[in-house]
Amino acid sequence: MEGPGSFAAAAPGGAASGGAASHASVRTYVTGFVLSIILTGVPFGLVMSGALAAAIAIPVAIGLGIAQMIVHLVYFLHMNRESSRTWNMAALVFAVIIVSILVVGSLWIMAHMDANMMPGMMPAE
Amino acid sequence: MSADIRLAGAAEAALLAEAEDAYEGVHDAAGTVTLGFWIYLMSDCVLFAALFASFAVLRDQSAGGPDAREIFRLPYVLVETACLLVSSFTYGMAMIAMDRNRGREMLGWIGLTLLLGAGFLSMEVHEFASLIREGAGPDRSGFLTAFFTLVGTHGLHVLSGMVWMAVLIAHVLRRGLTEANRTRLSCLSLFWHFLDIVWIGVFTVVYLIGVA
Repeated sequence: MEGPGSFAAAAPGGAASGGAASHASVRTYVTGFVLSIILTGVPFGLVMSGALAAAIAIPVAIGLGIAQMIVHLVYFLHMNRESSRTWNMAALVFAVIIVSILVVGSLWIMAHMDANMMPGMMPAE
Repeated sequence: MSADIRLAGAAEAALLAEAEDAYEGVHDAAGTVTLGFWIYLMSDCVLFAALFASFAVLRDQSAGGPDAREIFRLPYVLVETACLLVSSFTYGMAMIAMDRNRGREMLGWIGLTLLLGAGFLSMEVHEFASLIREGAGPDRSGFLTAFFTLVGTHGLHVLSGMVWMAVLIAHVLRRGLTEANRTRLSCLSLFWHFLDIVWIGVFTVVYLIGVA
C-alpha cells in the first residue's frame, strides 16, 4: 500500500485490491471533476441564456454531453487501454453498439412512421 | 454455562471468518466480481437506452397538456446535477482513502456522498410531487409518462445506491476494511459513477433539449 505521504502519485500496482478503483489518484479525480463542471456549465449556460438558436444549441448540448460521458469513463471509472481491463472495455464497446442501435433505430423508424402516417394523409373513407 | 456461551460465540466468529475467507479464497476473486458487476451495469445501460428511446419518440406527444418548456426549470435541474456530480467526486475520494487504508476518512467521504445523494433524491421527489399537484402527472400525456418512467427509474437506482451505501457503512464499522468489503465498495463505486453518467444523458436529452 502507498505511504501516507504520497499524495498525487498513485503508484500503479500500489493498490492491488480495489479492482476498478485502483490506479486512481486525487489528481485524476480533480481533473475529471473540473472538466465535468465545464462540460455541464457550458450547455446549461447556452440553453438558459438562449444565446444560440435551438437548431445549433441542441447538437452542441449533445456533443458536450457525450464528451462529459467520456470524461467520466476515463477519469472516474478509469477506462483505459491497460491489458487487465480488456474485458471491461469489450463489454463497454458492445453496450455502446447496442445502445446506439436501440436509440438511433427507434428514432429513425418512428420518424418514418410519423411522416408516413400523418392523420391528414390517411385515406378519407 | 458462561463458558458454553463463550464457546458458541467463538464458533460463530470462526464460522464468519471462514465465510469471509471463502469469499476471498480465489486469488483473483475481486477482479472477477468487479468485472461481473461491470457487465451487469452494461445490461442496465441497455435498459436505460430503451427508456431514452421511448422518451425521444414520445417527447412531442403532449396531448394538449404541458410541454417540456412549460414544466422544466433549468436552475433547479442545475442544482440537482451539481449534487450528483459532487457526490461522484466525493465517492472517488472515498476510494482513494480506502486504497490508503484510512477507514475513518473513507467513512466520512461515503457519508458525505450519501448526504449529497439524499439531497438529489429529495429534490427529484419534490419536482415530481409538484408536477403531479399541477396536473402534469404521468397519466397526463405520452410525453409525461416517458418522462416519469425515465427519470423515476434513474431515481430508483440512486435510492438503491444509497441503501447500499448505508449497508456498507455498517459493514465497514463492524469488520473494518476487509478484502470482501473493499470489493463491495469498488462495485458500489462503479454503480455510483455509472448513475452519474446516466444523469448526463438525462439532463441533456430531457431537460436541455426539452427547453432549448
